[in-house]
Amino acid sequence: MNVAFSATGTDLDSDLDQRFGRAKQFIIVNTDTDAASILENTQNMNAAQGAGIQAAQNVVNAGATAVVTGNCGPKAFQVLQAAGVKIYHTKLSSVGAALKAFLAGELEEASSANAEAHWS
Amino acid sequence: MKTNDIQPKAPIFTLAIASGKGGTGKTTLATALAEAAGIPVTLRDCDVEEPNAHLFIRPQWHCHTEQTRPVPQIDQERCTACGACAELCQFNAIAVAGGRAMVFAELCHSCGGCRRICPEGAISDKEVAIGTLDCGTQHKNPTTPINFIQGKLAIGQVMAPPLIRAVKHIKAKETLNILDCPPGTSCPMITAVRGSDFVILVTEPTPFGLNDLELAVETVRQLQIPFAVVINRADSGDSGVRSYCRSNNIDIALEIPWKREIAEAYSRGDSLCDAAPELKQQLHTMLQQIMCVKETA
Repeated sequence: MNVAFSATGTDLDSDLDQRFGRAKQFIIVNTDTDAASILENTQNMNAAQGAGIQAAQNVVNAGATAVVTGNCGPKAFQVLQAAGVKIYHTKLSSVGAALKAFLAGELEEASSANAEAHWS
Repeated sequence: MKTNDIQPKAPIFTLAIASGKGGTGKTTLATALAEAAGIPVTLRDCDVEEPNAHLFIRPQWHCHTEQTRPVPQIDQERCTACGACAELCQFNAIAVAGGRAMVFAELCHSCGGCRRICPEGAISDKEVAIGTLDCGTQHKNPTTPINFIQGKLAIGQVMAPPLIRAVKHIKAKETLNILDCPPGTSCPMITAVRGSDFVILVTEPTPFGLNDLELAVETVRQLQIPFAVVINRADSGDSGVRSYCRSNNIDIALEIPWKREIAEAYSRGDSLCDAAPELKQQLHTMLQQIMCVKETA
């Protein structure tokens, strides 16, 4: 399966970006092959609005079936959920540590958003 | 005081009162100008997120209408989840996930692009309530009543521009339109100011006032509308605003002094003209000069 990690850098030593919608980028790890690819998110970092929705759309389009991030708002959550993407919140600081915890089954699937909407 | 000496040649003159920084005195000035004009005026409160000019005008209300704006509605039967709408939307208001398009109406700017681009004709307009339009009249001076219009954005709504446009589009027969504009330099302010004949930028002589004045000046220059500055609470703060105006050739049309009586009148919802009657003639003269700009332009 493809797992998207919100990341501040481009390798597994990078910090896990605590923000989902405005994450610097996503590292998408294929847990079957260990291959990793980068999904840019610069456009959403600077979006006036709807960053979470668009980031979720991009992650869905990239074929991820799980997301590991710090915080995820209600709109992004709704898009991910509609696409059947599982969401995992963690406070772990690095992408590598989050990946390890994910593979060990230590992360719990989120049943709701854990951040407030910025609009209305 | 002569009250009938403003005779603009143009059928309607629109004067926008804007600022950049909030709380500098836009409403104070706009309402006072409406009273000092001495000709029939339509005052429009375009600050639909927090309209407050009515507190000073205290009009007799005579109409109240609900306003709506169109947002996309997806016919899920026809939608093939092709994603064209989501890709087009510049406001991230549509996502396509799990084989269906999802609309986040609160982010929609009602541009209608999604409806046009949908190859399946699956998108139609759905009208959603955005707020109210109120009209009234102030008869304080019976010979020159003030026609008053305001928009009030509904709680939970974040898109001010469609309602601001509605406030501006109500037809009125009065010669002079005064717009009390929202603060800032983003879409609401631009929507309000756009199309005006002249803009007054109200500022205060502080670093905050100056910072936002510079942004507002850049914005109004982009819009190519002639403008001048009014300094409120003029004898407070520092000299930054004055030196900025001097070095940029910006006309300071009026300085409103920092007086306790003015602040007290404001807190009661009384007019600037009542608190500082000496300003009424100055406001009238300023208006006269501004309206001449168009005649000679």
